[in-house]
Amino acid sequence: MQTIMVGIKRVVDYNVRVRVKPDGSGMATEGLKMSINPFDEIAIEAALRLKESGVFTHVVLATIGPAEAEQQLRTGLAMGADRAIRVNAPAALEPLTVARALHGLALREQPGLIVLGKQAVDDDHGQTGQMLAALWDRPQATFASELTLVGNVATVTREIDAGLETLSVDLPAVVTTDLRLNQPRYVKLPEILKAKSKPLAVIQLAELGVESARQFTVREFAPPPARAAGMRVKDVAELVAALEARGVLQ
Amino acid sequence: MSRVLVVAEHDGARLDDATAKCVRCALDLKPNALVVAVLANGGADIAAQAARLKGVTQVVLVDAPHNAEPLAAILAPQLKSLAEGFTHLFGPSSTFGKDLLPRAAALLGVGQISDVLAVLSPHRFRRPIQAGNAVVTVEADPQRLVVATVRLASYRGVDEGEPAPIEKRTLDVALPGHTRFVERRASGGERPDLMTAQRVVSGGRALGSAEGFKLVAELADVLGAALGASRAAVDSGFVANDLQVGQTGKIIAPELYVAVGISGAIQHLTGIKDARTIVAINKDPEAPIFEVADVGLVADLFKAVPELIGALRAKRTR
Repeated sequence: MQTIMVGIKRVVDYNVRVRVKPDGSGMATEGLKMSINPFDEIAIEAALRLKESGVFTHVVLATIGPAEAEQQLRTGLAMGADRAIRVNAPAALEPLTVARALHGLALREQPGLIVLGKQAVDDDHGQTGQMLAALWDRPQATFASELTLVGNVATVTREIDAGLETLSVDLPAVVTTDLRLNQPRYVKLPEILKAKSKPLAVIQLAELGVESARQFTVREFAPPPARAAGMRVKDVAELVAALEARGVLQ
Repeated sequence: MSRVLVVAEHDGARLDDATAKCVRCALDLKPNALVVAVLANGGADIAAQAARLKGVTQVVLVDAPHNAEPLAAILAPQLKSLAEGFTHLFGPSSTFGKDLLPRAAALLGVGQISDVLAVLSPHRFRRPIQAGNAVVTVEADPQRLVVATVRLASYRGVDEGEPAPIEKRTLDVALPGHTRFVERRASGGERPDLMTAQRVVSGGRALGSAEGFKLVAELADVLGAALGASRAAVDSGFVANDLQVGQTGKIIAPELYVAVGISGAIQHLTGIKDARTIVAINKDPEAPIFEVADVGLVADLFKAVPELIGALRAKRTR
């Protein structure tokens, strides 16, 4: 096993509040700070740790998107990835299209493992990893909070609604990351400089035999419905009285 | 002329309430057929429970040893086979459905609409994006099967009705051997389950430590509530990730939600906005949590919460 592949997405930074454009045609993202999707950053960290423990020799980053997304690939290279691939495509592709492109890359790169975030924090679909695993006809272990590899088998603990579930999957496989898997490292300045000379290949979506046609049309963006403002109480006695008045303490 | 297939969520013995919520959502399509698929090892009781959900026209039970655990790699090819002849395939936006439905959709060659919170027509749906900062209207291609997950906090489960017929089905589908179930560990212990609890008490970063978080746990116990946490509290290592409430954690809709020392980042608020009554205790009067709280108390939580615990205990013994 040589290669571990990580799929990443460029999104508006997690800490920035994004608003709907006044005309409802989309989100107002111009000029906002852009970052690697935080779950994908965790995926990069997971891949780097597996490389550092000697399980893989190369970490390859992949993103499907426009030229601006190369900033995020460079950040990932500065974290320690060896090389990067950008599949040139418009932003806002549907997850199935992204999964098809990643599948095309998987057939070229033959990675032993592909790690991605469990969801992107912009459109919150949470589909790409599962779709990729289906197209590739390989196992999936989603929402991973622990990941260990022994030989050709990965043992993955998943965060599920009922608690934790552990799966054992044969490699190659697809793993999607949850928050608790790791704490991504900080990038040091010398690494940023070094990353500038690391290889970054650009290929076209069509070279992978993938079309960017959409199955869904997004008609309208609206702000979320607001909750009516409530009351302020001055102390605990008033708080208990307010809860009793609402009948929620029965 | 919609024909909807809903995939049932269950724990091997009981039907999960998520299924009744998916049925409620599917009924908004005014479907001609509403079929619940139960994939289980055994599963006769589960199928009987599904058959009694009001609005369900048929239950299909696929009883096979390989369906003992809900493995997406095993279930998805079976769902693909079952979906033939349907216009819609729905499942819950729980970790079960989130894991399974996209895999089934890709096998079927179609995309998916995640977290449906409203059905406008058989091919128009609303869903949240950007951690709940926006709600979009999505239109699906009427020529294709629509695969969707249902945002559970947006729907009440349907009531019981006259039992629908149950058909046992054997599927001739090749299944992979590359994925194996090892174990499942329940979280929470004695407390109610966070996803379904009527009352939830959550703590934030202001608790300061895992030790400090015990105060929130004590309040939860006095109220008979489930315990939750903000992402900040999880990131700080006070509690396990499975207690995280918010867009990237659990989206809940309890009768009572008490937020202690939680400032109210949008991604947290998205996870609680369907709660009936939200109570916030925070020492920062400008905290965004107060914009959504029905009852807000500006106070030092380390003084207010013990006082509240005392008041609730006194009330109980009165």
